[in-house]
Amino acid sequence: MKLLVLHAHPRSKASVVQRAMVRAISGLDGVTIADLYAEYPDFDIHVAREQQRLLDHDVIVLQHPFYWYSSPALLKEWLDLVLENGWAYGPGGTRLAGRFLLSAISTGGTQEAYRHGGRNRFEIAELLSPFNQTAYLCSMAYLAPFVIHAGRQLPAGQLAAAAGTYRDLIVGLRDGAIDPLSRLAPGFTLPPAFSAKR
Amino acid sequence: MHPQDLLLGAFIYLAAAVIAALLATRLGLGSVLGYLVAGMVIGPSVLGLIGREGADVMHFAEFGVVVMLFLVGLELRPATLWALRRPIIGLGGLQVAATALALGAGALALGFGWQAALTTGLILAMSSTAIVLQSLSERGLLKTSAGQSCFSVLLFQDIAVIPILALLPLLATVNPQSAHGATLIGDLPRWAQTLAVLAAVGAIIVAGRFLTRPLFRLVAATGSREVFVGLALVMVVGIALLMQLVGLSAALGTFLAGVVLADSEYRHELEMDLDPFKGLLLAVFFIAVGAGIDFSLLLHQPLLVAGLVLGFIALKFGIMFLLARLFAMGGPDACRFSFALAQGGEFAFVLISFAAGLGLLDPGQSGLLVAVVALSMAAAPLLMILDARVIQPRFASKPGARGSEPIEDTGARVIIAGHGRFGITVGRLLQASGIRAVVLDHDAEQIEVVRKFGFRTYYGDASRHDLLEAAGAAEAQALVIAIDEPEKVLQIVETARRHFPQLQIFARARDRVHAYRLINAGVEHVYREVFAASVDLGKQLLVGLGMHPFEAHRAARRFKAHDEDLLRRSARHVDDTQRLIDIARQEREELERVLTSDASAPGASPDHAWQAPDGRPSDAGPAPAPPAGQAAPQPAPWPPVPWRAGAMH
Repeated sequence: MKLLVLHAHPRSKASVVQRAMVRAISGLDGVTIADLYAEYPDFDIHVAREQQRLLDHDVIVLQHPFYWYSSPALLKEWLDLVLENGWAYGPGGTRLAGRFLLSAISTGGTQEAYRHGGRNRFEIAELLSPFNQTAYLCSMAYLAPFVIHAGRQLPAGQLAAAAGTYRDLIVGLRDGAIDPLSRLAPGFTLPPAFSAKR
Repeated sequence: MHPQDLLLGAFIYLAAAVIAALLATRLGLGSVLGYLVAGMVIGPSVLGLIGREGADVMHFAEFGVVVMLFLVGLELRPATLWALRRPIIGLGGLQVAATALALGAGALALGFGWQAALTTGLILAMSSTAIVLQSLSERGLLKTSAGQSCFSVLLFQDIAVIPILALLPLLATVNPQSAHGATLIGDLPRWAQTLAVLAAVGAIIVAGRFLTRPLFRLVAATGSREVFVGLALVMVVGIALLMQLVGLSAALGTFLAGVVLADSEYRHELEMDLDPFKGLLLAVFFIAVGAGIDFSLLLHQPLLVAGLVLGFIALKFGIMFLLARLFAMGGPDACRFSFALAQGGEFAFVLISFAAGLGLLDPGQSGLLVAVVALSMAAAPLLMILDARVIQPRFASKPGARGSEPIEDTGARVIIAGHGRFGITVGRLLQASGIRAVVLDHDAEQIEVVRKFGFRTYYGDASRHDLLEAAGAAEAQALVIAIDEPEKVLQIVETARRHFPQLQIFARARDRVHAYRLINAGVEHVYREVFAASVDLGKQLLVGLGMHPFEAHRAARRFKAHDEDLLRRSARHVDDTQRLIDIARQEREELERVLTSDASAPGASPDHAWQAPDGRPSDAGPAPAPPAGQAAPQPAPWPPVPWRAGAMH
């Protein structure tokens, strides 16, 4: 399968974990990495081109720091503009049906912070539910997210190991060694149009 | 006539015109009425300051009507004219036919023979283009739907003069050839006459399209204004002569020439140069009409003349009103239209003398007709005042009734002065966004070039207030000053701010000092001509050196905002170089601090804010920044992105 990694980070200089993740999957055949902030520094997203790029790939990876429990602004802008009504969803909008969506995020807080009663009060899966539902509305399958928690605090070796895990996931999906349907987000039911397309 | 008499005559006419116009506009009556009354006062019947040469003066002053129709034609692109074809032919045609028949019937009832009656009807069907257009434009009503209907009818009448001139000899019982000798081609066979007429019209169109542009360009290149004015007058007079030679109406010929030139880049300059001539000649024309009224006839048969004038106006008004309703005009528009057109016109005088020459009208009849037409023309401004002050307010007070509204927004919203490499970019952006702009340039060669690329550009010096006015500055929203002569830009700013305070001004500044002066002149939107391009280049350079494009973008934005702020703060020290240097020194450090703050204050970014201090599971607040250097700087190769315009810098 072909993978498209939409990478969004507005401060590449300040990035540690995201940069390690990008480096881990750079140069892989069949994996396209798009640095959205480099391509659209003035936020002028080329919708037709982005849509074609989606059609050219089977798995869409949204890779970004988990700013304010969501994506950086440009990725949101990208979703707002590229996933058009009648194209990605709505009447006749089944162009993305049968594809997979994967969130690959890095958080500042530890895993323990993301639980009921924890500092962030919600679990990652709950906070990612907008992306989960976006996939569903576009008749895509939403995969269990890949998360690196508190990566800045990790010793260099452990960060490299986490990035390696990320690479294994990407390569596994690409080669078919990992069946994406076996890795759906917990509780995710496939949208009706998804199965029809596959 | 002795030269002294000529000067004296000119003095009397012009002085009367000035005094009349001053008084009439002060009283809110419109200048046309003032001129007519002035003519009566200085004419042979009252003061006798001007004598019997009134008819000659009128012939001369009719040239004012000719110039006016040329200017009207300039305002009308062929496409606009085509869009008006229904009102012109339908409304205009019906009006002439119905009025001629009804008034002819009236004349028949008064005991005229049927030929004389029909002639009278046709003569009285004409309304006064000069009075109506002048009055409507003075009141700003020309572009309303009623105004456009008036214009359509008047245009049809002006065209109808030609077939009427051809028809009258057929009605005449005496030898018709005697009257036809006035034209050069009168002795030719009929088919040759037709051919000559077609050839003359064709010559105007072809010459207007292909000959005038290089000629105007040549003259414009001399930079001498009087040569340009001279050429414009030569053209109009020449067309008038040509039309007279083939027996067509000179006004119609120049109107046609105007339409042909409506798309020309010299349109505004022509309008402006000929406007004073038109105004003065029309004034003299109206004065001559006033002077020509024969008061002795009025004194001998006051009741007859008064009755005829009233009956004529009432009948014409009624027909106009019926037609207006037939063409689905609302009450206010129908009234305005009918009041405006209920009078005789200047072409009536031409037709009366022509018909008298043919023996169609006897001297008594023609004298009476001249008096009726002239008095109805004198009454016309009064009727329009009556309509504006008494009739229209009644409609306005009724809910639901609406007066005339502009049918077409002919005024452009933006005027661009200067269509070189700067202005043309602005113009292209506006054009692509569907916003109408009038573009002015005073470089004839530049205009030639950009016209080839399909831009509508006009020749003219935008620092002149009257040219700005002709380009529609009074109605426009914005003025873009994109010319590359710093002094001239300041001059235009001053002119525009004085005469058109509603205009938003967007000015091109040559350099920093020029920008200071523009800011001090009160211009809010000042753009240094190469500033944006330099910043763009700098931004892409940063990317080329390995900076992330988004960071480069933000750096450029911050730099720009900071510099523009500095520009505005320094403007008032434009004459104090040392002070400017000091400010610039201080600001350089400030700028460096601003530009690096994004990267050097890591604690502020969310990348650092949510982490726990040292990997412990923590519910505590945001952590302090990690030691510097942890974010290993590594220049990443940012590949150029080919579909982005930025990549082409």
